Amino acid sequence: MNWQDHLPALLLAVPLFGAFLAPLTTLGGKGLRNAWFIFVSSVFTLIAFLLWVRVGATGPAIYVMGGQGWNLALPSGLSIPVRILMEVDAFSAFMVLLSAVAALAGAIFSVNYMERFSGVEKFVALYFLMVTGMFGMEITGDFFNFFVFLEISSVASFGLVAFWRDRGEALEAAFKYMLVSTLGAMMVLVAVAFLYSRYNVVNMAALGKVIEWGMVEKTALVLFLTALAMKCGAVPMHMWMPDAYAEAPAGVTCALIAVSQASLYGLFRVCFTIYGSFMGSPMIPWVIIVLGVLSMFIGVSMAVIQKEVGRLIAYHSVSQVGYMLLGFGVGLLALGDARAMADYGFTALKGGVFHIVNYTMYKGLLFLAAGALYYATGSRNLNEMGGLARQLPKTMVLFMIAAAAIAGLPPFNGFVSKLLIYESSFAVHPILAVFAMVTSVLTLASFVKIFQTAFLGPELKKFKDVREVPGSMLAGMTVLACAILVLSLFPTWSLNHLVEPAAKALVDQASYIGAVFAAAATGGGL
Amino acid sequence: MIGNFPYLVVGILFVMGFIGLVFERNLMKIAIAMSVVEAATNLFIITLGYRSGGSIPVWTMAGGGSSRMVLPTPQALTLTAIVIGLATTALMLSFVMMIYRHYGSLDVRDVRRLRG
Repeated sequence: MNWQDHLPALLLAVPLFGAFLAPLTTLGGKGLRNAWFIFVSSVFTLIAFLLWVRVGATGPAIYVMGGQGWNLALPSGLSIPVRILMEVDAFSAFMVLLSAVAALAGAIFSVNYMERFSGVEKFVALYFLMVTGMFGMEITGDFFNFFVFLEISSVASFGLVAFWRDRGEALEAAFKYMLVSTLGAMMVLVAVAFLYSRYNVVNMAALGKVIEWGMVEKTALVLFLTALAMKCGAVPMHMWMPDAYAEAPAGVTCALIAVSQASLYGLFRVCFTIYGSFMGSPMIPWVIIVLGVLSMFIGVSMAVIQKEVGRLIAYHSVSQVGYMLLGFGVGLLALGDARAMADYGFTALKGGVFHIVNYTMYKGLLFLAAGALYYATGSRNLNEMGGLARQLPKTMVLFMIAAAAIAGLPPFNGFVSKLLIYESSFAVHPILAVFAMVTSVLTLASFVKIFQTAFLGPELKKFKDVREVPGSMLAGMTVLACAILVLSLFPTWSLNHLVEPAAKALVDQASYIGAVFAAAATGGGL
Repeated sequence: MIGNFPYLVVGILFVMGFIGLVFERNLMKIAIAMSVVEAATNLFIITLGYRSGGSIPVWTMAGGGSSRMVLPTPQALTLTAIVIGLATTALMLSFVMMIYRHYGSLDVRDVRRLRG
């Protein structure tokens, strides 16, 4: 038996194991704990990479937990899968890879960033739990497990957002995040129950195979849509996002972005794989498009007026999520129609998928850079900063890369994905492209503002003693900067090898469903 | 009609919890409302699995018992959901406690340093 068959299980087991051992490693001192933090993060990133390579080479990977065999999807005599299934198709593998890179960068960054504080072993444990939940959401093939992993990642991230509990603001942000998140999770659970009541299955592939279009399914779809849009921070339920992102320690925010992308993944898995064949009516796609446009515009216009670095960048997250929703909404609109799909739908999906990876990389880097500014100066307020380019030259270069990427300046990666979204949304309605471009201009404006106020200008007396941030923080930022540069300098390679398989997997409902039932046929020989 | 009565109760409970979440001003009451929503969800799943006259879903070698059983899967789901709900409630209450220490108030109108 090939050990690579077990990659999906290892992907969950390694961070979980890391979480439970983290408090013990602190007995060996700070050095051992930090080594453990980096070691486990590197291992799960490696596993994610291998999984991505394997899925790219051999198609969707199925893994059965607790069955007689790891690939026995259907027990004999049953026609529906009732096992605990992991299913990794190209889209899941893509999400896992980029989440792992973001989590690795956050972990490397946190080693020096958190060293001033006590209780870091708990921080490490919660961090790994959050990562476990995030991976679980992305690779599970079962709706109830999706709920469970959603709650694991949420509960761990509440703790992390409130990690600096000596600040009232952090607690307030965590409480707000918790209310939105828990209500969302309950709505997901009710939706799962609705679908279960109708079909007696919670397996995603089996549901996608048997589902029909009725009142119960519509209710479940609306619940899923509301809950997951809330979780990924779309307007009008975006208010938790700037609070939580700005108050959490910077390394955590970097991983939290990937967690919110996992919710977005869930949203698209539901819309494309489960309900894909009913998307002929334009109602749901248009809801997603309108949510996207509103998030883009409201997010960016709130961002321009912010004074705190963290909150400004966090409001941009709202607007960037809008871009992805717009891209996927347009793709969803074209799903039922083969000509529209070839015409603009697939371009939109490619833009959306590419934007997910770009967003996670540059937004993570921006938050880490904001964290570095806070670490070095002790201030979050832009009005108090100035002239820091002299003291923090390396941070400035890294920040500049991320800012250029998010503003969509060519040749950076943000430009490519935004262009794909402009082109395709223009084909649906020109006004959508206009909104997207205005948002992009405002994005550039607000990053020019941060750059100019924080890094340029005369040297301030109180920042005379500020020194460049320590090595691990620079290393964490460099990981993401390298990812941005690779995506920017080789756009054709990334589109062909990274983005296109993922977008294809999303559209191809039949292969996701077929993989489970094919595994049933081959796995039966045990 | 009478068979749908439990769903009606569960629905009312869910809506009550939701209204509490939105309109209550005391953080403690918000936490209670959240628990009500959780309880309504759990009850909903249990109700889905109920078959009238069904016994507990356990097969034994000894035989006997009714062959009509309630569905086991919803019960397993609910058990998991209850455990998760417990963790969330505990964490939420500890947040409420610490917020009270920082702000000296449980009123949401006082707990708003983050805005704009």
